Amino acid sequence: MNRQTPQIPIVRMEHITKHFPGVLANDDVSLELYPGQVLALLGENGAGKSTLMNMLVGLYRPDSGTIHIRGELAEIHSPQDSMALGIDMIHQEFMLVGNMSVAENIVLGLRDLPLVPKLDEIKARITELSKRYGLQVDPDAIIHDLSVGEQQRVEILKLVYRGADILILDEPTAVLTPGESRDLNNILKKMLSEGKSAIFITHKMDEVIEFSHKVQVLRRGKTVNTCDTKDVTPRDLANMMVGRDVLFSLDRCPFNPGGIKLKVDHVTVDNPLGSRPLLDDVSLEIHRGEIVGIAGVAGNGQTQLTEAITGLLRCNKGTIAIDGRDMTNATPLQVIKAGVSHIPADRGAMGVVGDMSVGENLAMKKYRTEEISRGAVIKKTFMRAFADKLIKAFTIKTPDQDTCVKFLSGGNIQKTILAREIDSCGGVLIAVYPSRGLDVGATEAVRQNLISQRDKGNAVLLVSEELEELQMVADKIAVMFEGKIMGLRNVKETNTEELGMMMAGAGSVRREA
Amino acid sequence: MRVVVEKRDTRSKRMAILIPLVSFIVSLMLGAIVLIASKSNPLQAYGAMLNGAFGNARRFQYTIVESLPLLMCGLGVGIAFRLKFWNIGAEGQYVWGAIGITWVMQFWRFLPVPMLLPVGLAVGMTLGALWAGVPGFLKAQWSVDETLTTLMLNYVAIGLAEYLYINKWKAPLGNMGTPEFPREAWLPQIWGKVHAGIFIALALVVLLWFLLYKTRWGFELNMIGKNPKAARYQGVSIKRNIVLAMILSGAICGLSGSVNTAAIAHRLTKGVNAGYGFTGIIIAWMSGLNPFASILVAVVMAALTTGADALQIAMKLPESMGEVLQGLVLIPLLAGSIFVEHKLKFIKKEAA
Repeated sequence: MNRQTPQIPIVRMEHITKHFPGVLANDDVSLELYPGQVLALLGENGAGKSTLMNMLVGLYRPDSGTIHIRGELAEIHSPQDSMALGIDMIHQEFMLVGNMSVAENIVLGLRDLPLVPKLDEIKARITELSKRYGLQVDPDAIIHDLSVGEQQRVEILKLVYRGADILILDEPTAVLTPGESRDLNNILKKMLSEGKSAIFITHKMDEVIEFSHKVQVLRRGKTVNTCDTKDVTPRDLANMMVGRDVLFSLDRCPFNPGGIKLKVDHVTVDNPLGSRPLLDDVSLEIHRGEIVGIAGVAGNGQTQLTEAITGLLRCNKGTIAIDGRDMTNATPLQVIKAGVSHIPADRGAMGVVGDMSVGENLAMKKYRTEEISRGAVIKKTFMRAFADKLIKAFTIKTPDQDTCVKFLSGGNIQKTILAREIDSCGGVLIAVYPSRGLDVGATEAVRQNLISQRDKGNAVLLVSEELEELQMVADKIAVMFEGKIMGLRNVKETNTEELGMMMAGAGSVRREA
Repeated sequence: MRVVVEKRDTRSKRMAILIPLVSFIVSLMLGAIVLIASKSNPLQAYGAMLNGAFGNARRFQYTIVESLPLLMCGLGVGIAFRLKFWNIGAEGQYVWGAIGITWVMQFWRFLPVPMLLPVGLAVGMTLGALWAGVPGFLKAQWSVDETLTTLMLNYVAIGLAEYLYINKWKAPLGNMGTPEFPREAWLPQIWGKVHAGIFIALALVVLLWFLLYKTRWGFELNMIGKNPKAARYQGVSIKRNIVLAMILSGAICGLSGSVNTAAIAHRLTKGVNAGYGFTGIIIAWMSGLNPFASILVAVVMAALTTGADALQIAMKLPESMGEVLQGLVLIPLLAGSIFVEHKLKFIKKEAA
């Protein structure tokens, strides 16, 4: 990094304003990035970070304001334009074609690609690049078959292959396991050491502190602060983002569990594709007024466990009971009627119907009840009043309840699901990665909501990848590895090391908590 | 200068009305080019079509009569389309409706004559429903592709109808067609050519609008159509609803066949597969699956048919010209519908 000589910023965005229907996404935002620097862009969900970056890569056009790249005025109309300027972005949602190979995905959309690409040369270059950055990926693998972490590596390879020197990373670690995040961080460090510059969107304070030279905090589309990273603490940043003091500890009643609410007994789910079962003889009990956390690296059977309980996945062996009533292989509707709420892992694909309104999405559980319907007829006035009530109670940021859910920010989509599921919860709440991709304020609200469900005497099952979150929220933690439960521990009687060992498949000695 | 198609941020109601209107004007202009090329005055030709479709009470009635089976088939397939279930078997379901009512009229003579019509309509409706239920069940149970099954089943139904009116059920006189239904059991005409089927069709419009937009079931169909995974997660049974929607879809198409047979041909004969079931698909699409909009679209499509007949007579243009004009109306309308969700962006390109 060379800060002695006055440099021209490699990226300068000035007075950028962008409207969406009913939302002012960016309001007179300016930003400067100097060569070799990392700028962390911080802000709550819906603060306008992604919108600002999407304008830099040509996915959106600003309503007003200018962009200068390397001191020259740039008109960026499309991703190709931005690529020509050496700007490239890793998006929150991966932009990969699932049924094509790694190599094909990497060269897809390159402007100078010949009609018949020389795949061998391309593959050789990919192999060379993956060695240089320690990104192990088989260029012939099909995207479908890769894990989320591997897909992320493909996205990064895409960036390096195209030779971008201005990197934009939109929450690159949001979907990664702790181990994968560490790998990613090392790769990024290497790239920065080669003189590339980066803008890093994140919610994670420790990443900001570790990586960035400068932090810019956005709130409701406006810049609230820009400062050098060395001058701030995580707490300062959190307060700037939310605009108020953030609680890092949560209120909770003393642990006082009731009788068994949900009992999973020796459940096995076979894998139609492979030999190892998706769930392998899993047993788990959750009591009333208790939060049981499930720790584990993603893809070790956590989602399958929740889907078996909620009737979305058939069990081949074993039983599931709620309040002592057998619910093994019940239909999803029967499970819902037994009082089970479910915040699913994949909020866009399962949690909401993107093309329906916020109000309709909020009503998707209660529309069967007297609160919204009379007999078979849905009362629009009841539905509207119901939706307004939840939007207010859960502070969902939406222009109005008639807006399609897909136009909301990720955090507000999650809030919509949370509002619906918590409101309709009748005894059991299953939450899968509920705070994934949420900012501190929203995460705090999610956690507090889970705890208040427990304090009300409901049984809560919380699946999370963050041990810290589980240790903060759960009463007991079970660790899953390769479809098995490696052990169940009382939070107070365990520590990060022990849990970490179990997550890696070690210490399978069972001990009653 | 480059032109890019971009998704709209929101869907505007104004565009949903404006775009079909502009598309229609474009199609008229395209038609004009074809007409000029065949040495006809387009204004005169369109005038003749308009006159042929709406020129006097009798022509207007004929257009209405023609629009009724189109409307009903459009409503029928529209229900399946809400679930993204591609029922292109309306034609066969319609034919089953015609077979059903003929069966009752010809063989259920133990019934008192006034009962023949209502029972016949009910039987036709039921057969249509069962015929559509089969592909629905196959899809729900074993994910059998519905476009193939519904399409193929059309030809089975049409073949069966031919066998019946040429052979098995043929009237003693003549070389095809079943005996005429008893006159007292015809669907009565209420205004010139316009028969009482118009009440059935309009009642269906209101009923379906209520069912689809006001009830819990309509809400569930909407969820399934827009995100089946989310619907299942919310406890909505996809299999059950696919079968139910197909049964309702087939029932309406079947009823359409029974109504038209009881009102116009009064027997099963050649021409029973007049293509209403296929045109119904277009009606459903162009109306955006909205029952009320279907009325307008069905009347326009019917007018194109009746108007094209007049074109032949008044302008001495070949029969195929009518079909060419019909096709030209459809293309811009269908192509235009993309702009309800997308917009064009013009980009000035500097030297690159």
